[in-house]
Formats: sequence, C-alpha cells, structure tokens
Amino acid sequence: MIISLITVKNLTLAYGDKNIVDDLSFSLAPGDFLVVIGDNGVGKTTLVRSLLGQLKPKKGVIEMPDKLKIGYVPQFRNLDEEYPLSIKDFVALNAGKSLRPWLNQKERQQLHHILELTDLTRIQDRLLGQASGGEKQRAYLAQALLGNPRLLILDESTASLDNEMKYELLDLVAKLQKQGLSVIFITHDWDLARSYGTRYLKMMPDSYQTGSIEEFRQGVKNV
Amino acid sequence: MFELSFMRNAFMAGTFIAIVSGTIGVFVMARSMSFLTHTLSEIGFAGASFAVFAGWPALNGMLLFTMLSSVLVGQMSIKESRREAVISAVSALFIGLGILFLSLSSQTASSATSILFGSVVGISRQEVWQLVGLSLLVMVVVMIGYRQLKFDSFDAVGARVNGINSTLISVVFLLLLALSVSVAAQIVGSLLIFILLTLPAASAKYFTHGVAKMIVLAILFAMLGTWLGLYLGYLTNWPVSFFIAVIEVMIYVTALIFQHLVND
Repeated sequence: MIISLITVKNLTLAYGDKNIVDDLSFSLAPGDFLVVIGDNGVGKTTLVRSLLGQLKPKKGVIEMPDKLKIGYVPQFRNLDEEYPLSIKDFVALNAGKSLRPWLNQKERQQLHHILELTDLTRIQDRLLGQASGGEKQRAYLAQALLGNPRLLILDESTASLDNEMKYELLDLVAKLQKQGLSVIFITHDWDLARSYGTRYLKMMPDSYQTGSIEEFRQGVKNV
Repeated sequence: MFELSFMRNAFMAGTFIAIVSGTIGVFVMARSMSFLTHTLSEIGFAGASFAVFAGWPALNGMLLFTMLSSVLVGQMSIKESRREAVISAVSALFIGLGILFLSLSSQTASSATSILFGSVVGISRQEVWQLVGLSLLVMVVVMIGYRQLKFDSFDAVGARVNGINSTLISVVFLLLLALSVSVAAQIVGSLLIFILLTLPAASAKYFTHGVAKMIVLAILFAMLGTWLGLYLGYLTNWPVSFFIAVIEVMIYVTALIFQHLVND
C-alpha cells in the first residue's frame, strides 16, 4: 500500500454558518496528479485555503507531514504592465526568509536551476509586466518551485492561456510530477483533466466524486 | 562653502536623508503608498508646529505625531474605496491642528516657513547626529527584514501564500515610513517630502529591474538632488528645496523619456 502524502477525512469547511465543503474525504499519494474539477462556487479554492492552513476545518481532519512544503500558484495576481521587476527578480522573491539580504551561491544556483527548468533562462531579464500570459504563468510556477515544494497546487493557472500554452505549461508540470512532485490542479477544463490527471476529485454543490482518472474517463463516457 | 559649519551639517544630514529616502522610496512605490507619504507629511507638519508651540526641537514633534498615527492611518486606508475620504479627513484635521499650534506659539511666521519648506541653516550638529542615528536605525531594520519586506512589497499575493506575515511587515514598514518622513522633512520641509520619498524611486524603476539596483539608483538620484540643491542654494541664496524639487523632477522626466525611447 502506498503511504499517502495528504489524507483528508470527513472535512467540512465553512464561512460563518454557511458550509462550503461538506464531509469531504480523499487522499493524495506522492507523485499523484490530482485534478480538482467543478463549477465556480463549489469550494475548490476554499479547499486549497484549508490545505494551506489559512482556513481551519469546522469538522474533520487533514493529515499531512509536519512542515510539508507546499508551492501554491494562486489564481489571481494583479501585476500590471508597469510592474517593475524582471522575471528573474520576481522568481527570486521566494528565495527564503534568511536575514541575509543577498543570495548566497547555493541560492543563486537553485534560482538558475529553476529558471532553466521552467524555460525562463533566455528571458530572465525581461520585465515581467511585459511578458506574455504563458511566460507570466511560468514565472509564477518558477517562484513557487523555488521554495522546493513536495506538493504543488495550481489554481486555474491555465484559465487565461491559449490552447497551445496550456499544454506547454502542463507538460512542464507533468515532467516535474514524474520526478516525484505531487500536484493538485484546479481547473474547469475537462480535456486537460483527462490528459494530465492520475486521480480526480469532482466537486459538486452537495456531493463529490473521487477516484482514478480511468474511472473519471469512464464516468464522462457514460454521461 | 565647507568652512561654514551649517553647510557641513546640511551636507551630512542631506547625505543620510538621501540614503533613507531612496531606500524607503523604492518600497513606498512598490506598495503604492505615495498617498500615505503625503498624509504623513501633513501629520508631520502638525507635529512640528506642536513642537514649536511646546518649545521642543521640530524633529521630536514630527516623530511623535507621525509614529503615533502612521499605523492607524495605514490601517484606515487599506480599503482603496474609502482611501481618498480617509486622506482628506486626516489631512484636514492635522493641517488644522498645525495652524492652531503655530498661532498659539509666539514665533509664527519664520518657523512656519522652515517647517513647511525646509531649512538648511537651522540644523545643529546635535540634530545631525540625531538624524544619523534615526537613519541608521531605519537602514538596519530594512536590512534585517529585507527579503520579507521585498517579497511582501513586490508580490503581496505570493508572499502571503509563502507564509510571510504581511500584517507585521506592513506595521513595521509604516513605522519606518514615519521615521523617514520626519527625517527627510528636516531639509526639504514637510510640504516637499514626497520629492525625496517618491520621485527618485519612481525614476529608478525605469532604468533597472532589480530591487537592490533600484535602491542604489534611487539613493544616487536623491543624493544628486540634495547635494546639488545645497550647492546651488549656497551659490544663489535661493531656497534649497526649490533646487532639489527641480532636479528630482528633471531626473524623473529624463527617466520617462528614456523609457519611451527604449520601448520604441
């Protein structure tokens, strides 16, 4: 049996009296690519907030290793075209909380490695504000990866991208997943879910389904 | 020029003011807080007037007022929807208070001018040391918290999801801003603080795209304005603040033109 990285048992999440997520259970193993799919307002981002520890469960538990490093690429970032930092400097913001103002050699190497991995080396000195949508998403991803996470959460990261860029970004994520990174990918896009997921969690207003991606494909066929 | 002790004092004070303003200015710009700099300068005016009324050094009055109110005003104006109203209310109250304190004290006209527009002649050696001490304090705190302040200022969303305590950072930054406003006002006066706290940083961002380089460049711009302003003020006997304002605006316009040329 595979030991899971995260086990969620009977989780209920609420804002005030209103339950957003009700009695949800699922698990995630190392190297899983879990697709979380569902309409707006069913609690996908709320679930993420609870995984990040920003929202306490009303009921139920989330079991995960202490100090599990989570990289999170949020859905919205309001960086306009006047945003003054270069791609490299933006990524480097997440170099850690050391009291040393500058980066040491190890941190610089790690930065270099991540830029290489996310295919940003060539454009690292370009202004982030003037980068394309796909380049921006790669920079957000790179910044999250610089924290050296074991779990990566992507919140609708492909929503603003054209088709080709969507696949490019997720190919990259899939490559990292094959190297052992666990991924939670929140999306509306059923095609992407089918292509990249290994497991799925379909959230609906009053219920949910979870299972392997084969079961998901089967389910879609039956509909 | 340097045989005059007040000029020596002014250059020394100006140098440290430029360092603090350039550094803090980069974060003021990144956090979109220029508005707060204005408000704090008006609060500083009231503080300085109070100091004149109470017979204190102006700097102490400014420090007292800006430090006490910065966090409060910062928290009140987080919501952009009501920011303008909050600023109007706070500015009105403190300018009113400033006028009251000045009219209650005996030495109105000349002290009002030096509070509002700055004064080079007035800085004593002891005040210079106080300025140096406060500047070092600001710089040390910025150095220690640099990475977190940088992350929170340039990518608040990313900082929050990476476990940075934004509330703590913003409170500390508001206190640093209050200190910087009080320090900078000693040369350019409270009306013109934003010359040094926003313009050099706003110009720097067009020339370079890394935070540390922006800080260095903003310090250089602020220093150029302060030194040249003091020198030209000495030569012509015109107000130093006037020259600093013109120089900083010229740098900013040059930066805009540079940006335009690069983009074409």
